Amino acid sequence: MRPVADIGKALEAPLPENDPLAAAIFMLHAGEEILEHWLAAHDKTPTDEMKEGFRILALHRQGAKGDPSFNACRETARELVYHYNIIRLEPDHADTLKRLSMMRLVANHLFLFVSGKMEVAGLGEFCCSSKPIRLNTI
Amino acid sequence: MPERKEKYKKVAYYHGCALEGSGQPYNTSTRAIAKKLDLELVDIKNWNCCGAMEVKNVDPEIQTYLSSRVMSLAHNDMGQDVVMAPCNGCYHNLKKAEYDIANKEKSREVVEKISAKADHPKYEAGQVETIHALDWLKFGYGEDELKAKIKGGLKGLKVANYYGCMYTRPRHIFPEKDQGGDSDSTSQPHYMDDLLAIAGAENVDFPLKTACCGGAHTLSDSDTSTKLVLNILQAAEAAGADVIATECPTCHSGLEMHQIRALKRMSAETNVKVIYFTQLLGLALGLSARKVGIHENVSNSIPMLKAKKIA
Repeated sequence: MRPVADIGKALEAPLPENDPLAAAIFMLHAGEEILEHWLAAHDKTPTDEMKEGFRILALHRQGAKGDPSFNACRETARELVYHYNIIRLEPDHADTLKRLSMMRLVANHLFLFVSGKMEVAGLGEFCCSSKPIRLNTI
Repeated sequence: MPERKEKYKKVAYYHGCALEGSGQPYNTSTRAIAKKLDLELVDIKNWNCCGAMEVKNVDPEIQTYLSSRVMSLAHNDMGQDVVMAPCNGCYHNLKKAEYDIANKEKSREVVEKISAKADHPKYEAGQVETIHALDWLKFGYGEDELKAKIKGGLKGLKVANYYGCMYTRPRHIFPEKDQGGDSDSTSQPHYMDDLLAIAGAENVDFPLKTACCGGAHTLSDSDTSTKLVLNILQAAEAAGADVIATECPTCHSGLEMHQIRALKRMSAETNVKVIYFTQLLGLALGLSARKVGIHENVSNSIPMLKAKKIA
């Protein structure tokens, strides 16, 4: 596993424009790595399982178990999957570069949220600050 | 739908604390729209804090009581059965209190005990319906009726709709969402998109519409908040938006303040404007920029709105 900061730096590097699918896979994988860090920091072994065909979604579900505030990045993880899917389905589409650029911003948000949360655990508590009810009802 | 139209025509208005301070333009524009559309907002007198995040993080049961008192005032003192809260934090907390009181014996006990001590009738689950300003306009006035009222509209304006976190999370406390039909979605909310599309705006695809703005850490960890906001602003610009439409005073002030901070601390300049959705709707209805409080925003959108002949 690369250090968290290296993932952030990698997301800043230029994307391979001639191979959009490789770039999309790279960003999807970066998202998985970020979630792996979260899990490792909580003494959990990152799952190799898939959810809806994607490991990132299984990792997110694993990371949110017992910590509802982690759900604040649920849609971000799903948006990464969405962007990966449209790039994979239409690699030659006129909007592919725009989609890749957006996917990078989405991956970056996941990186910022999780790395920020590893510094200050409360990040995301605002939205999911009904933590007590969720803990009682999960 | 006609039932809701009748029900939402006159609502108890709970603006909460943010809309008296940094979120004043949201309050100004909500009231201006109500007047324009003949929708009656009845202010809740002697209201208190909803418990926000501060109280909730110390003792969630006290937050439940505080929010329950607001709903009790609306029901027992005012005879209202709908509370409209435009602030996402207030809306979220009232919905959470409703859920707690309906589902947790301990919450009911705490509410009963403190209400008795404070000498006011306790709130009981189901006595009022809490709605957001988005529900109020979409169903209380109606989309077709709104369309007929639009003057000039927002033609030529590209909008990224930003809902923030508290409008949709956690799903449990919003049983009316994700029900298909005309209900809103917790993963892909669209009510703001719907209303602004009616007003003539072009909504852009915006993948961070419910992403965290770092609002909870804007004071304790400003750099994290600035980076999260900057990413949201850059994503909106990459999506081609002229404006980020907001519906939460915490998100709104966070986006405005950290836009400036990102420029000063990181030399990262973004030019996308930040405007409350009620301000945009007000402009589309023919209200002046001043009437909807555009001049009260930190983000100066007047030149852009003038260039597009919207203000």
